[in-house]
Amino acid sequence: MDSMSDWDTVIGLEVHVQLATQTKIFSGASTAFGAEPNTQACAIDLAMPGTLPVLNKQAVHYAVMFGLAIDAEIGKESAFERKNYFYPDLPKGYQTTQLEKPIVGRGNVEIELADGSTKNVRIHHAHLEEDAGKSLHEGNFRHGVSGIDLNRAGTPLIEIVSEPDMSSAEEAIAFAKKLHSIVTSIGICDGEMSQGSMRFDVNVSVKPRGSDTLGTRTETKNLNSFKFMEEAITKEVERQIDLIEDGGTVIQETRLYNGDTKVARSMRSKEEANDYRYFPCPDLLPVIVSDETIEELRRNLPELPDARRARFAEQYSLSDYDAGILSSDAAMAAYFETATKTSGNAKLAANWSMGELSARLNNEDLSIAKSPVSAEQLGGLIARIADNSISGKMAKEVFEGIWAGEGDADQIIEARGLKQVSDSGALEQLVADVLAANQAMVEDYINTDEAKRKKKLGGFMGQIMKASKGQANPQQVNQILAQKLNELL
Amino acid sequence: MHNLTIAELIRGLRSKEFSSVELTQHFLTRIAELDPSYNAVITVTADQALKAAAAADQRLAAGNAPALCGIPILHKDIFCTNGVRTSCGSKMLDNFVPPYNATVVENFEQAGAVVLGKTNMDEFAMGSSNETSFYGPVKNPWATDCVPGGSSGGSAAAVAARLAPGATATDTGGSIRQPAALCGITGLKPTYGRVSRWGMIAFASSLDQGGPMARTAEDCAIMLNCMASFDDKDSTCIERDVPDYSATIGNSIKGLRIGVPSEYFSEGLNPGTEQAVRAALAELEVQGAELVDISLPNTGLSVPAYYVIAPAEASANLSRFDGVKYGYRCEDPTDLQDLYTRTRAEGFGEEVQRRILIGTYCLSAGYYDAYYGKAQQVRQLIQQDFAKAFEKVDVIMGPTCPSPAFKFGSKGDDPVAMYLEDIYTIATNLAGLPGMSLPCGMVDDKPVGLQIIGNYFDEARMLNVAHEYQQATDWHRAAPEGLL
Repeated sequence: MDSMSDWDTVIGLEVHVQLATQTKIFSGASTAFGAEPNTQACAIDLAMPGTLPVLNKQAVHYAVMFGLAIDAEIGKESAFERKNYFYPDLPKGYQTTQLEKPIVGRGNVEIELADGSTKNVRIHHAHLEEDAGKSLHEGNFRHGVSGIDLNRAGTPLIEIVSEPDMSSAEEAIAFAKKLHSIVTSIGICDGEMSQGSMRFDVNVSVKPRGSDTLGTRTETKNLNSFKFMEEAITKEVERQIDLIEDGGTVIQETRLYNGDTKVARSMRSKEEANDYRYFPCPDLLPVIVSDETIEELRRNLPELPDARRARFAEQYSLSDYDAGILSSDAAMAAYFETATKTSGNAKLAANWSMGELSARLNNEDLSIAKSPVSAEQLGGLIARIADNSISGKMAKEVFEGIWAGEGDADQIIEARGLKQVSDSGALEQLVADVLAANQAMVEDYINTDEAKRKKKLGGFMGQIMKASKGQANPQQVNQILAQKLNELL
Repeated sequence: MHNLTIAELIRGLRSKEFSSVELTQHFLTRIAELDPSYNAVITVTADQALKAAAAADQRLAAGNAPALCGIPILHKDIFCTNGVRTSCGSKMLDNFVPPYNATVVENFEQAGAVVLGKTNMDEFAMGSSNETSFYGPVKNPWATDCVPGGSSGGSAAAVAARLAPGATATDTGGSIRQPAALCGITGLKPTYGRVSRWGMIAFASSLDQGGPMARTAEDCAIMLNCMASFDDKDSTCIERDVPDYSATIGNSIKGLRIGVPSEYFSEGLNPGTEQAVRAALAELEVQGAELVDISLPNTGLSVPAYYVIAPAEASANLSRFDGVKYGYRCEDPTDLQDLYTRTRAEGFGEEVQRRILIGTYCLSAGYYDAYYGKAQQVRQLIQQDFAKAFEKVDVIMGPTCPSPAFKFGSKGDDPVAMYLEDIYTIATNLAGLPGMSLPCGMVDDKPVGLQIIGNYFDEARMLNVAHEYQQATDWHRAAPEGLL
């Protein structure tokens, strides 16, 4: 065997999702991102002696909402356990998590692939747990010293564990994106990957094509971007295949992938793995979720991405592709809907949201939530395009102006004198003037073969637009120009 | 003044026979003079106490003072006290000053009590003789060559020596009842969940419960009125009204059905202890109670089950003492592993290390089912034993421990012999039931404890029975020589 096509890839994901609660899972400290180190850690988060955890109800509700979103069994009685290991960013010396009785049981997530096909990925379970703090080592901290920031310690997480149902990086990324779409749509996670709000552990193994026996898997931990995830999977699949084809064997191990250096390395082998000595946490009671609570959460569950996609296609007459892109991200969907409402033109709102806006945000590495152009402002701009006040070219200039903070579309159009001339009398005069001033071009046009005349139109258009300082309505000019030249033949 | 009970001191303060400052000063002086012989108190908070006493006197004068206003007490050094070192009897926390109060401490502060200081204890409450304390053993005021029991030996010895009229304590496997028995005082371990565990340094979370120690049941009732409360900071605290334990203390016990478990009167029980306990039961019979023979067949399994569950929980609870955040840290660690290893090897004593190792072992992959899983099953059997017994009886009675106070070092080499010291007390912790001990006789000039085990939240009835017994007997009034 000597090519990738001789091998099957088997991928399963464990996804850590930070829940968007105001306070931590077992304490009243704030979960806001970016505060000064250790300013958002109270006595409980610091594991001071005698302190006790009290479960955050909102975190439980968010976990249940996720379960409902993936049509999973909800654990009506779930329980917390202690996972014991020593590390400085784990203040208690154990992580409070769930093992035997998770809050979310088996569920399903449907993913769409590039070729338009769909695939079901089974969810094994999802459980509630607390996040650890962060260790800052030499290089990122002071020379010879490690620092610990416990602001993140105790942030509520759900860990979503998939079955090994994915067979390529593409499928894994589609699954990851779908989860991102679901948790942001139901509002249980802010989805800010760069801040660690979603982190992926990827289990990868390979086996000879068609074989029923799974290969030995490795786990690459803590990937926090789709791009890094794709790179890490691709590299790991190649590594495993190369290793086996060279006569080696894959060992079960935990690996790390550095997205900046593009280098993967082994972190620890199975033999070095901790014995976590799980046992039920005696400080917390079993978590009982009543049928009433489940039903109430189900009734109030925000629109899911699949439903939204269908609605967008129907309500706004969008292509399935456009509807898919605009509906997958909750913030993008809300942006598009607001821009549509403000402008009254869904098609243009869709094109601008997916086109100019997304490109600009990507370039600046900004999330839509941080867009300098608000949905209302984009809607205002689109309204002026739709009513022919400005041309598409002008619109791009106005967009840049809004981006730069110069004000709304109308203010910029006014200030820069960008109003498009659509008055047909004025335009006819303009065209006549330009033709009169360019007799040579007119002669040339008349003497050209009919088949090639069309190509000559561009030259006139350029002259006319220049004369109008770009403000002439191009469609109208086109019409008038064709008509006037025709009369000369 | 030191021979007055809390109930009498409350009346004395209110009738202005003495002030809280006088009372507080009196006990502070006793601690300063006498405690060097007993080593019952780790930290004395004299200045704070006198300030609190002065404030209490003002409130008393104003006429709307809360129940325990001006009454001096001691806290076991397992309860966190805001701004006052809380050591848990360990080198590990010798330098630890909490920035918060335990709920129990807060409750006493709200009730106006005056805190004289913090009492000695077995390190992290692990021990039955008070020999494991970093601060040295506590001596039994009845015989200073004998142990006071543990882990609340400091609180028990302090109350017995009249260094305070009452003290807080905790009980994980008998740590209130056994030292109360060995020191001839009255102590109550409430139902699990009755008293908040917030700020009470955890040993075994599913077993730990705070409770009062005093010389009489009446005083324990007054203290429990203050200690028991629902606390939303402790998820295992049970939301249930706290009755006035003092209100029903004088009820008649006519018709009370007392279960006498045969397993509590078997091999290993000191004959003198048995005689004293049987005599106490006979006295209660005279008062109209009915003795019913019962069986708690799984009693023998309670010690092994306990010594799996408690160390297992402790092994996790004590992981936070790692030298990183607070408490003891070894000198000049070379790396993280060295920091952990030496901090914990130097900061924890031998018994604590033994239990961490046992607990870690019991929870290890491959051993969990055989040890922890099995122990939890035993726990259920023990609960069922009690549930069955309480279908027929109102309370269960027997000895608190097999024999009176033993000499220092006599069980030091044999942890199992020491563990058997708690054979009659451990089962109630495993079941979460309330239990108490009160003095009922003397053997070799050392006190004997009578144990009362009640049904869940039946503390009022237990205190009532104990009080009625103390109304008819004098054992609770006895004092070690020279301390009256």
